[in-house]
Amino acid sequence: MLEIKDLHVRFLSTGKEAVRGVDLAIGPGQRMGLVGESGSGKTVTAMALSGLIERWNVDMSGQVLFEGRDLLTCSREQLRRVQGKDIGVVFQEPMTSLNPLMKVGRQVEEVLKIHTQASPAERRRLALEAMAQVGLPEPEVTYEKYPHQLSGGQRQRAVIASAMVIHPKLLICDEPTTALDVTVQAQILELLRSVSRDYGVAILLISHDLRVVRKLCESVAVMYKGRIVEHGDTEEVFAHPQDEYTRRLIAAIPKRTRHE
Amino acid sequence: MLVTLLLISLLAFLAFQIIPADPVTKLLGTDYTPERAAALRHELGLDRNVLVRYLDWLAGFVTGDLGVSYSYGMPVSEVMAGKGAVTASLSVMAWLLVIAISIPLGITLARWQGRRLDRVFVAMNQVFMAIPPFFLGILFTYVFGMVLKLFVPGGFVQPEEGLGGFFGYLFFPALAIALPKAAMVTKLLRSSILNQMGQDYVRTAYSRGNSRWSVIRTHVLRNAVLPVVTFVSMTLADIVAGSIIVEQVFALPGLGRLLLASISNRDYPVVQCIVVIIAAVVVFMNYLADVVTQYIDPRIRLG
Amino acid sequence: MKIEHNKNFTVGAVITCFMLAVILVGMFWTPYDPNAMDGAAKRLAPCLAHPLGTDNFGRDILSRVIEGAGATFLIAAATVAIGLAAGLVIGGLTGWYGGWLDECLMRLNDAVAAFPSILLALVLIALMEPGRSSVILALGVLFVPSFARIVRAEVARQKSLDYVASARLMGAGDVRILLLHILPNIVPVLLPSVAIGFNNAVLAEASMSYLGVGVQPPDASLGRMLNEAQGYLMSAPWYALSAGAAIILLILGFGLLSEGLGGDAGA
Repeated sequence: MLEIKDLHVRFLSTGKEAVRGVDLAIGPGQRMGLVGESGSGKTVTAMALSGLIERWNVDMSGQVLFEGRDLLTCSREQLRRVQGKDIGVVFQEPMTSLNPLMKVGRQVEEVLKIHTQASPAERRRLALEAMAQVGLPEPEVTYEKYPHQLSGGQRQRAVIASAMVIHPKLLICDEPTTALDVTVQAQILELLRSVSRDYGVAILLISHDLRVVRKLCESVAVMYKGRIVEHGDTEEVFAHPQDEYTRRLIAAIPKRTRHE
Repeated sequence: MLVTLLLISLLAFLAFQIIPADPVTKLLGTDYTPERAAALRHELGLDRNVLVRYLDWLAGFVTGDLGVSYSYGMPVSEVMAGKGAVTASLSVMAWLLVIAISIPLGITLARWQGRRLDRVFVAMNQVFMAIPPFFLGILFTYVFGMVLKLFVPGGFVQPEEGLGGFFGYLFFPALAIALPKAAMVTKLLRSSILNQMGQDYVRTAYSRGNSRWSVIRTHVLRNAVLPVVTFVSMTLADIVAGSIIVEQVFALPGLGRLLLASISNRDYPVVQCIVVIIAAVVVFMNYLADVVTQYIDPRIRLG
Repeated sequence: MKIEHNKNFTVGAVITCFMLAVILVGMFWTPYDPNAMDGAAKRLAPCLAHPLGTDNFGRDILSRVIEGAGATFLIAAATVAIGLAAGLVIGGLTGWYGGWLDECLMRLNDAVAAFPSILLALVLIALMEPGRSSVILALGVLFVPSFARIVRAEVARQKSLDYVASARLMGAGDVRILLLHILPNIVPVLLPSVAIGFNNAVLAEASMSYLGVGVQPPDASLGRMLNEAQGYLMSAPWYALSAGAAIILLILGFGLLSEGLGGDAGA
């Protein structure tokens, strides 16, 4: 479904090459983790394949094939038709990734307004459904609320609802739980797992935390200095890490939680 | 709000009490004798205690009695009536021009950020911000009045003689006042929009498949306008002050000339009145800005 | 101190240096005597002998603009100096000590700040006699609140920083801390405000002199020149244009400088 071939991303402003030759493939319904420390290029990779990098600011080469179409070279118009509809994104900061002046419900249904012909009433119904799905309390009430009236966990649920309401084929989650409490983290990961299972949505989870990836993903790719240094089945990588860097990452996990 | 207004009125009143210049001397001119001065002082009520006079004046003001002009011998309200309408129309017109120019222009420039046209306009904006309104008025008089003959310099049409001509003669003065302010608001709005474009929620909006224009229209504009609202409301006071000066350039019979004449004649009831009215405008606009901000921003509205 | 070496700053610096150079030269030498009348050369259009033409009395406009720009500049500088000096003292003391005096002054400040400064200056001038020193005094007094407010906020902020505490631990007195430690740290914040204040002063002086309540003859000023020039707009438009252009260059230069220094000229 999604195939990345030899992706290179270099920032024109700083001249820094953040991604230096990445190959990845995600099939329908697959859940893959992309792990690395900050600055390893994992977020840049995710932004490149969701089309959120300002093209004029970077020099990109390689291919990002989504269902056969190269997202790096297609027109903006074609890219927009994929954004939101086929590829949804959940960001790290639930506190700031919602528009503070727009009702939560409106933001959840916006993607329907852009990509479908659904009537306002229909959009509202689907939004309420999605909001119930992600476990937001009293969807009817929450629909009318503004982001500042929700807790961090609720906001992240709202962001997930806004990405999921149209049932995309791929959900890119960039550190979706990093800004949240540990208990809320677990709930959000459980939620992502269930939407993936229920709707067959593929998930690409970006994280610096191997434990988070292990809870959700069946396969994992480890990124270091712009390259993928190890790639494979999650449990396999955990049991027999091949790369020196992966070994260090695993060793860095506190012992008590390593085998939970 | 009321407290501020009271404080300003008290200050305005006291300012004219502590000064050395005596209106009685000015009024009597060469007829000055100590007896006549004392009589006139009594007639004008100037021999009473300052606080009593302030309260008296305030009570009159609230009930619509603005006092009596020293030099015209008429109620201040009558002296000001027609002139106030000219200044008010001019100010409101200029203010609306500021909004009508700067909002579309600011949005367009933000949309076109980095393009050549954006850069040209941003540079032009800098220059316009530096032009004094009265000089712009002089330029307009020359270019549109004398060279292109679109209006008669120094001419004016009373509103009773035809609203079209009245507003026609106010247009260029209003534009002269408005352009420098519009340049400031344009700049502020443009940078506010661009500042918002870097926010996280904008990235989210892009990820849903919004184009740059629909991101600006549906998400950014509301957020970007917040800091602009306060500034735009405050400009009205500056515009009123600006119109008092620009009225001189175009020889418009507004409050400006009255204010200048009253200042040199030491006609303090008139000056006080104008000052307090402008203060009221300032206070009211601040209040209005608060209301609008609350309407736009639920974080303030709902606490 | 952080100076953004951007285009604004460079262009602003070039314009300001040019104006300052012209003004400085003008103090010692102008092409003609600014007040010398020449009956044979009335209202000449710009030509080689008179690059900006002559006015109604045959006076050389370039020389008059140079002299007027110098006068306007000095008035604005004096105004800012008064406002800044008083603002530093008042803002420094209220920011450092706080208390009820601070409260009262800030309330008063708010009331004054709400008013258009040109209008207040007009009224203040009315209380004195029109003239150069009145203009300087009135505008200077009016600028005190805005400077005091900035200084106060900055002093109050710096007061709680570690370096002040450590200076105090080393036995420095209040005055020493304020002058030697805090003052240098608020200069970067003050610089843009000084430039903006300067612009407001130029604008206010020009407006008042134009209205005839500012600088009185025979003292020169760009605003008064515009007042005279408006009478000959039809026959000698270059007079008004030259004086106006000088005002614009002064304001533009300092406005760009202020933005380059990180201020906001719109405020």
